[in-house]
Amino acid sequence: MTSDAGTSSMVYVYAVGRAGTPLDGAFPGRTGVGDGPLRTVRAGALVALVSSVPNDSFGADGLKAQMEDLTRLEVLARTHHAVVEAAYESATVLPMRLATVYLDDARVTAMLAEREEEFRDLLSRLEDHVELGVKVYADPREAVVTAEPEEEPAMSPGRAYLRQRRAQRRSHRDSYAAAGAIAAEIPVRVAGLVGGRVAHRPQQGDLAQGAGENIANEAYLVPAAHVADFRGALTGLGEGTPGVRVEITGPWAPYSFATPPQAPEGEGTDGGPR
Amino acid sequence: MNGELSTALPSVGFAGTPTRNSGAPVGDSRDSGDDSIESLAGRQVALIDLLDRLLTGGAVLTGDLVLSVADVDLVHINLRAVIRSITPDEPAPW
Repeated sequence: MTSDAGTSSMVYVYAVGRAGTPLDGAFPGRTGVGDGPLRTVRAGALVALVSSVPNDSFGADGLKAQMEDLTRLEVLARTHHAVVEAAYESATVLPMRLATVYLDDARVTAMLAEREEEFRDLLSRLEDHVELGVKVYADPREAVVTAEPEEEPAMSPGRAYLRQRRAQRRSHRDSYAAAGAIAAEIPVRVAGLVGGRVAHRPQQGDLAQGAGENIANEAYLVPAAHVADFRGALTGLGEGTPGVRVEITGPWAPYSFATPPQAPEGEGTDGGPR
Repeated sequence: MNGELSTALPSVGFAGTPTRNSGAPVGDSRDSGDDSIESLAGRQVALIDLLDRLLTGGAVLTGDLVLSVADVDLVHINLRAVIRSITPDEPAPW
C-alpha cells in the first residue's frame, strides 16, 4: 500500500494502449472528466491515458452520485467516450469501462505491469479493427398498415373493429417473427467478415429511442478493411419486410471487445440468450 | 383507423438527451460516404448505445480500484428504472 494520506486527487483511466504511439502525446488541449488535462502513465511497453480527478466527486460516493443522476451520467459517459475516441482515432486502444478510478499513478502502473501480457494480446486482437453495432427492431405499428384487410362495406362497426384487432394481433406476431428471422440471418450474412460478436441486451425504457421494440442488439468486431463489405452484406436486410427495421451504429472503439473472449470462437462475454 | 398498439413504446427522450441518433437504416449506409474512422468526429451517438458499451463493455480492471466493479453494478441496478437494459426475468450479468 502506498501512502494516500493528503492526496486530493485520484486517477481516472480511459484507455490503455502501446507506448511509442500518438497516445504518448496525451492529446494536449483536450480535457477529461472533471475538466482535468489528459496525461499518460507508462509501464513497460504500455501506456494508460488518464486524467487526475478530484477525490470528492470521483471517490466511491461521488461517482455513485454522478452515476445515479442521468444528466451527470451522460456528461461522464460522453466525456469518457470523447477521450476514448480521440485515442482510438490515432492508435489501437483498449477502452476501459466507465468510472475506472485509481488512487494514484503508482497503482495504475502496477495494474499495467500485472496485466501487460493480457493487454498486449488484446491490443493485437483489436489492431485495425472497429466495432459496429447492429440492432433489429420489430415495429408492429408499421406492419399493420400493410396488413390491413380490405374492408367489407356492409361490415358492422363492431365486426370491423374485431377484424382489425385480429389483424393487429397477427401483424404483431408476424412482425416479431420476421424480426427474429432477420436477426438470426445477420451473423450468417457477415460470417467471414468479422472477428467477434457480442450480444448486448435489447434496449428498453425511456432511453431507447428507436421506434418499435428492439429485439436484437449486437456488436461485431470488424476489420477496418471489411467495414464497407460488412455494411454491404446487410444492405437491404429488413427492407420489404414491414414492421422490421435494422440499424447499424458505429464505427465504435472496440468497447464490447475489450475483455478477453470467454468462448474459443470469440462469442460474447456478456452474450446471454436473446 | 386506429393503428396504435398497447406495446408501442414511447420514443420520449430524456431531458437533456440529444435526440440525434447515429443509428442509420442499413439501406442508407451507402450514401454516408467513407466508412472510415473519419466518421467518428463530431458524431453525437445515442446515449443508450453508449451506455450499453460503457457499462457492460470496456476492460474491467480489478485489484486496487477505488470503485469496484460491484459498485458500478449496484449503481447501474439503481438506474434500471430509467435505462432498463435488463429484462425483468433475467438478472443483470454485471
